[in-house]
Amino acid sequence: MAMSRDEIFQEVQEVLVDALGVEDDEVTTEATLMGDLGAESIDFLDIVFRLEKAFGIKIPREELFPAESLMNNPDFVSNGKLTEIGLAELRDKVPHTDFSTFENDPDINKLGDLFTVGAIINYVETKLAAA
Amino acid sequence: MRWIWIDKFVEFHSGKCAVAVKNVTLAEEHLHDHFPGFPVMPETLCIEAMAQTSGILVGEANRFEEKVILAKITKCVFFDYVKPGDTIKLDATIESITPEAASTSGKITCGEKLIAEIDLMFSHIDQNLAGKEFPEENFVFTDTFKSLLRGLSSGDGSSGTLESGAD
Repeated sequence: MAMSRDEIFQEVQEVLVDALGVEDDEVTTEATLMGDLGAESIDFLDIVFRLEKAFGIKIPREELFPAESLMNNPDFVSNGKLTEIGLAELRDKVPHTDFSTFENDPDINKLGDLFTVGAIINYVETKLAAA
Repeated sequence: MRWIWIDKFVEFHSGKCAVAVKNVTLAEEHLHDHFPGFPVMPETLCIEAMAQTSGILVGEANRFEEKVILAKITKCVFFDYVKPGDTIKLDATIESITPEAASTSGKITCGEKLIAEIDLMFSHIDQNLAGKEFPEENFVFTDTFKSLLRGLSSGDGSSGTLESGAD
């Protein structure tokens, strides 16, 4: 039987509590991984490992958190901001993320704010639906 | 003092799990300061011992071609002290391993007694730091560490792919 969004949220919450050492109630759908929950780069890999185990899915490198490869490409970044092509690429790669605020000021330092708990839930939902 | 906190491997299943032991002795200088009159192995060094056990396990999985660096102590809970005269057993298991990183779970025991549970994450740094360059030679796995595997045949005889470390 397919998991409900609420069930996915609970599982994701548990993953983030274990991976980041945060409290249950800090893990809301709006919380950003880096800003609110204090995730660092190695934590992203930890989260990927745990999500794979928790949901029995395979998460290819860069699929969930593709920011790094994007930022190293001069076509995509200019003067610390994502270019139109960069934005399009990002949108294409992470359809599970809400870009409405970021698009007005695509500062790469704010890329981290895009990675919210909600984005992970969206990603897992898409992934489970495709399985 | 040499920075090596395990004495030998007693089991080694390539890419899966390994068991190392360490004998703790009052000849270790630091025990006299930690603490005067109450010598116990510092918990930080227990973590280092587990990092060496797990790190070698992770390194060997890729035949020591990657530089494996401790990146995160995911979980660490201590239940008891380690004292001079104790032989501690360090059990490490690879939970996940990818080209960039690996996560391990581990347990330290002394006889039947559970001392600690320590889960770690390791980074394969050449794959993982946005193109930052490191020296060619593998400065992580020096001969000292590799010598721990010398003479150890593969665990139960069916799962190992160990080389004798004859370099």
